[in-house]
This record gives sequence, structure tokens and C-alpha cells, in this order.
Amino acid sequence: MKDLLTLRETAADDIRALLDTAEAFQEIIKRPVKKVPTLRGRAMITVFYENSTRTRTSFEMAAKIMSAEAINISVAQSSVTKGECLKDTMLTLQALKADCLVIRHSSSGAAQFAAERIGIPVVNAGDGRHEHPTQGLLDMLTIKQAKGRLDGLNVAIVGDITHSRVARSNIWGLTKLGANVRLVGPSTLMPPDADRLPVKVFNNLKEGIAGADVVNVLRLQLERMDKGLLPSIREYSRLFGISANSLKAADSDVIVLHPGPLNRGVEISAEVADSAASAIETQISNGVAVRMAVLYTLMGGAGAPTTEV
Amino acid sequence: MKLILSGGRVVDPSQNLDQIANLLIEDGRIVGITTEAQMAGFENAEILDVTGKIVCPGLIDIHVHLREPGFEYKEDIESGTRAAAAGGFTRVCCMPNTNPAIDTAAVVRQILERTEQVGSARVGPIGAATKAMQGDQLTEMADLKAAGAVAISDDAFPLQHSDTVRSVMEYCKMLGLAFMTHNEDKRLTEKGAMNEGYMATVMGVPGIPRVAEDIATARNIMLAQLTGCHLHLLHISTAGTVELLRQAKAAGAPVTGEACAHHWVLTDAACEGYNTDAKMNPPLRTPEDCAAVKAGIADGTIDCIVTDHAPHAEYEKEVEFDAAPFGILGLETSFPLVYSTLVIPGVLSLSEAIAKMTSVPAAVLNLGDKVGTLQTGADADVAVLDLDRAWTIDRDSVQSKSKNTPFHGMKVMGKAEFTIVGGRVIRI
Repeated sequence: MKDLLTLRETAADDIRALLDTAEAFQEIIKRPVKKVPTLRGRAMITVFYENSTRTRTSFEMAAKIMSAEAINISVAQSSVTKGECLKDTMLTLQALKADCLVIRHSSSGAAQFAAERIGIPVVNAGDGRHEHPTQGLLDMLTIKQAKGRLDGLNVAIVGDITHSRVARSNIWGLTKLGANVRLVGPSTLMPPDADRLPVKVFNNLKEGIAGADVVNVLRLQLERMDKGLLPSIREYSRLFGISANSLKAADSDVIVLHPGPLNRGVEISAEVADSAASAIETQISNGVAVRMAVLYTLMGGAGAPTTEV
Repeated sequence: MKLILSGGRVVDPSQNLDQIANLLIEDGRIVGITTEAQMAGFENAEILDVTGKIVCPGLIDIHVHLREPGFEYKEDIESGTRAAAAGGFTRVCCMPNTNPAIDTAAVVRQILERTEQVGSARVGPIGAATKAMQGDQLTEMADLKAAGAVAISDDAFPLQHSDTVRSVMEYCKMLGLAFMTHNEDKRLTEKGAMNEGYMATVMGVPGIPRVAEDIATARNIMLAQLTGCHLHLLHISTAGTVELLRQAKAAGAPVTGEACAHHWVLTDAACEGYNTDAKMNPPLRTPEDCAAVKAGIADGTIDCIVTDHAPHAEYEKEVEFDAAPFGILGLETSFPLVYSTLVIPGVLSLSEAIAKMTSVPAAVLNLGDKVGTLQTGADADVAVLDLDRAWTIDRDSVQSKSKNTPFHGMKVMGKAEFTIVGGRVIRI
């Protein structure tokens, strides 16, 4: 594995290996002194063309726990605002001789574009509506640990599928490891030809989450109304919002995921977000473990993870 | 100046001709086609032996972008007509989305003068429908025509308002000009960068739905029926638009249409990997659309074959997929693709294919009796084609200034050997 750009193009065995590695790293995160020398002397550069707090912080923490240098390039302060094209930015970063690039960009395909032009491993931290593979992996790890398996589970992804890179990474990753994926949302937020993906498509929440083991709730971008894709937040919430009441259709042991940040009272009720069924906090800590596994796999080379202090 | 093209297979659909013969040229005009060994008056003529080659009217492409004036870093009249000549074309009609746009007689004259100076093919400028292609005020179309514009178009900036389309059509009708429309309802294609469908969904790229082309086509056909204007549908890419054109013709509407090779050879699968050289508008569609375009060509619904040659500099294409400009090269690959994907598989006969690249486009734009034919008295615009030439399309050995072709690496049959423009032999 040179890069992690998509889960669609990552082999099932590589996904399993990344999840196993992440589980091994979870123990380190729980230690009072969170520091191992695994990646000492290595440098990770993060370039975020879109705002993000949690993903960027998560990568930075993952790198620092493993003693790698974490260098953040903030686009607002960089030459990008002077009109530098992505290709030139990549050539500049290549010359800096870092060991890994983590990139987030508003254009689908930007991470692949970067990987084709920079000689170091690239991690896609979200490209347009395309993929967000580390989010997909952390969702999978969270589900696997809560349910003990992925194979045969029914996972409903609810909300704005069209614009969601989280949904796409979940679809490919989960189905590769044997889960059944359903997409649930209004027709205006369901991508064209969604039924040709390895999923079942539902426009009715109750039917879509009936008996589901997992409900992964997507954030609703509130500006979707302005584009005429939704009549109102109120109606969306009534039809597709995950509340204690609507969740009754799911399996009694259902867990609820959300990639954050939450719109409480819109796509998810505060009651559900704070309930025992919510795995949202676990997702965040699993995000660090998954990103440690990814950085280790791409920068650390072969061999079992070194977890000794 | 006398010239004999000797021993070639002369294919001239305008005369229903397909035979081994000698083509005689004198002072820039065709003076005869003969199988006689002795040609009186041509004893001292220059002889070019073209045995084994096809001799046909010079190919005509009524839809190209030469980028001059304004975008000479992408292409200019010199390089664009060299690319044309390399592809067997002796005449191209260039779209008005230059800078300034071809919206005044002065720009038309400038292009024609420039072609005189540096052209390797004839150029017919196409005038803009509205000033600066802004979609508001009509251009002075009578002036444009008097200066030499061969048609009017809204290509690249499709008119959205039906009242404007109607006015443009009334004027075109009055002046005897065809109105060539890029058919796209922009409200349905906002941010779209490739065909709407499974590939776009997987790639996370906003889509351009096929229905956006069909809706605009239907409206434009209705307005053509209302006004009596000759409507020419540019770069037809969908099964729906092929069917609309078929029905319109059956109803007797004054409508013609064209297709580009990429719209029947490639599908949106070519965009995989965010290949910006497979990004154009209308976009690559589905296998069903490719089949419908081919069927439309075969049954005559689609009148002619064009390229929509649209050069862009490498640095403009080497960007994020959504940021890349629409458009690909076409002039140097058009005939080989037509021959390899339509003639060899038997969709069209060689004569039918050549007609769709010579006499038919000449008739569509009413370019005159002496254009697109080898009849005696016609302009000596000739293409000599080698059908047996197997070669691989290579983006690094093109005459165009730009390299944006999705056909790089494709093995094809057939290539232009040389052209003759007004009696002048052009070898690239």
C-alpha cells in the first residue's frame, strides 16, 4: 500500500489489516503516557483546503503519539491564496522531503491528483463528495467492536447521500467485509443510479432502518434548502430525523453513529445523541487509533506494530 | 499550374463516384476526372502518384475552436489549420467563443485575413448570436454575414431564454443563416462536470443529466418550427436528442444535426481516475447513447460528423477534475476514428462516411456548389487518405498546440497523407 485514497480501491485484506492494526494501537491511547517511538524521525504534513477541526486534530494526535513530526499547512496562510495550483503545491511539498501527506480538498479526486504527483504516501482526509477513507475505517472499527463482527450486519446510512464522502467510504468498506448496507434519505439527496451501488435504497426511514444493527446518521448541510433540495429543516427532521421514537423500528440493540459535527434536533435528536445507543464518542477516539494504523502502515513499513514504550 | 493525382481511388459522394481514376487540377480548380492514359493539355503537368490511396473532396469540419483571437496559447489559426490539414481537412468553421468573440465584422475579417497569411486550410468564421456571447443583445448578423460569417452559434454559452432564441432565429431566417445551437438547460447542469450516472456517483462528481440536452433540444426544435429558421444541433450526445431530431425531421422541421467521434467511441467510464482529457461538454455518456448516436448516423438522422476540436493548454487540464475546462482535440483523430469505428465495422460505407465529412456539412451550412465536391469547376480542395495505415494515436506528436486527447494510445486505421487547398499541396 503506497497511499490510502479510497476504500473502493483498497483490498478487503488490507482493510482487515488496518482494522487489526488499529485495535492493537487502541491500548496505547488508553495509557497515561501516550507516546511510543514507532515513527520517530518521520514527518507528516497535513494540508487542509477545507476547514476541519476533528479530522485534522485526530491525524495530528495519531502522529504525535507515535513520535512523528506533524506539520500543518493552513491553506489560508499559504501560497494557495496567492493562486498557486495544486500541482505546484504538491511539487513544493515533495521538495520538503516529508514522509507522508494528509490532504483534504473540496474537489473529488484531489487526493489521487496529489498522489500521482508527489513521491510520498498520501492519505485522503476527504475529497469533495468522493471518499473519506479514514472516517469509513473508524466507523467500521466502531461497529466491529460494538457488535463483535461486520459480516452479515445490517447498516443503514441515513441522510444526504449525494453530497457525502462518508457515505461512499462506508458503502465500499462495509460491503467488502460482508455487511449489508442500506441508504436512506429523500430522493433529492440520493445520488443518481444509487441502486447500482452494492446497497438497497430507501426513501422511507421506518422501512430503511427496520431491524438495522447500526444506523449511521449523516450531517445535514443546512444550506441544502437554498438549492431547492429540501422544503424545510422541520419537514426533513420529521421524515428522516433519528429520534428515540423513529429508532424503535431498528434492532433493539442498535448503535447510532454520526461523523459530526452534529445538528442536534435536525438529523439526530439530543436524546439519541446522548443515549447509551450512541457510539459518537467512541468514534472519535477510534479515529485516532485508525489514523495511527494508517500512518504506521504507510510510513512505518513492514512488520508488526511496535507498541512497547 | 497543372497537377495530376494519378492512380488513386477517387471517392466523391457528391457525384456518386468511386473508381480508380486520375484527378486533374488546373489553377486551383478541378478540371476533370479521367481513366484515360492520355490527358490532352496535361502532358507537362506535375504528377503525384497516389496509387492505392483514396482521393476525395477535402474534409470539412463545421465545428472547431481555433482560439484566435484571444487564446493563442491554446491554439491559433496557424496551428489549428495545420492540425486540420494533418487530419485531411481543407476547410473548418470556427466557433465564436474567442476574445473578443466573433461578434463584429472586424473580428470576422481579422480571422479571414489571418487565414490568408498563415492558414493550411480554409476557415469559415461562425458569428456569435449575442454580443460577447452574453445572451442579451443580438449581434449585427447582417454585418457578420457580409464580412464572411458562415453561420450563427451560441456554442459554449447556450442561450437560456426562449425569447432570445426566438429573436436570433427570426434574424437567421431573414438572413438565410443557419443557427447552430449548443443544447443545454444550464439550470440542470450547474457545477456538472461529467455525465450524470453511476460513474459520476462513484467518483463523487456533480453530474450533467442527459435530459438537460434533450429539454433544450426540444425547445429549440419548437422555435425552429415557429420561425422557419434552419436549426443545426451541435454535438449530439444523447439517445433522447437523436430521437427528437428523428421526429423533427419526420415532421418536416428545418433541422439538421451533427455528432463527434468521442460521443460514439467513448463512454463516461473514460473519466475514471479523474481523467480531465475525457472532460468535455456535452460529456461522454452511456453505451446506450453511443449506440443511439451510431444508429442516428447510420439512418441519416445525424447529418454530418464534426470534431468540436477544443484545445486547452496542458497546465489548464492538469488540475482538479471539477476545475478543468471542457474540451478535447479532434481534428487529427477524426477521420481515423470514423474509418476504424464506423466504416470497418460496416456502420457506414466509405462513401457515406466521406459524404458526412464533405458534401453534407457543405450543404448543411450552404457553403456553395463548389465546396465539398470534385466536380469540374469546383475549388481544388482534396484529401488523399491512406486506409491501410495502422498507427497509434500519440498526444505528443500532434500539430495542435495542445495535447488534450482521450484517444492517446488507441490503435486506429487510416490517416491523411496530404491535402490540396485551392491547388496548393499541403504536406504536414
